[in-house]
Amino acid sequence: MPVTTLDGHSIHVNDEGFLTDPAEWSEDLATTLAAQIGIQLTDAHWQVIRFLREDYAKTGETATIRRVSTAGGTPVKQLFALFPQKPAKKMAYIAGLPKPHGCV
Amino acid sequence: MTTTESAPAIVPQFDSEPSGRTLAIICSKGTLDMAYPGLVLANAALGEGIETHLFFTFWGFEMINKKTMHELKFTPLGNTATHLPQGLGGVPWMTNVATARLKKSIAEVGVPEVPEFLEQIVASGGHLWACRMSADMNHLTLADLYEGVEDIISAADFIDKTDGAQLLFI
Repeated sequence: MPVTTLDGHSIHVNDEGFLTDPAEWSEDLATTLAAQIGIQLTDAHWQVIRFLREDYAKTGETATIRRVSTAGGTPVKQLFALFPQKPAKKMAYIAGLPKPHGCV
Repeated sequence: MTTTESAPAIVPQFDSEPSGRTLAIICSKGTLDMAYPGLVLANAALGEGIETHLFFTFWGFEMINKKTMHELKFTPLGNTATHLPQGLGGVPWMTNVATARLKKSIAEVGVPEVPEFLEQIVASGGHLWACRMSADMNHLTLADLYEGVEDIISAADFIDKTDGAQLLFI
């Protein structure tokens, strides 16, 4: 399990770069992770990221796009605008969580 | 030795530009069980940033006809994969019982019903097209179809629109 250093944060990641220990995540780190993939976090992004964190703490699973829209309250269309092209993976990456396992 | 400091950061390579990959899915079935493969795959492709087109033809019209899209059914008749005695499939109400059970199983894994699933696909940027021949045969117009359907087009138009696409026939 490689350790990588981003902007002074030393974090454990898998070979794709996703955090392997959600406990190493912080809001400060999220800003750094988002910048790595070209996203500057706005309030709307934060609402999604915080939902993902809370939901993961409760369920032990990364929310899918559908779950973020139905349970988290951010519409699907907006998710594609906030996290272009690959919302599910980008949201998970910034939130320091594994990629979602669910199909839908 | 300061090698750790010079190691490049490990960051996922999400392509920020569209990949140019296109997926075309032809939905030709009108049963509840056969509606889902196309919807699930379309949704997955859209989530990966892939341009996705669905073409509804023949019985696939059941999925986009406002009158039937909420009422797709499932029958164990002729489907040996249910492992039920085939005679049971013909018992009155068996279709309703089997449909209710399948709907429950689908809901339990957090997957929406067909109309809501189509809504999610459209919100994700997916394109829905209806087959001209099927519409004409059933005397249906765009007004009879789910509002997310962009147009009724000929098979040739669909082939044209999906030039270079990967194609799935369901």
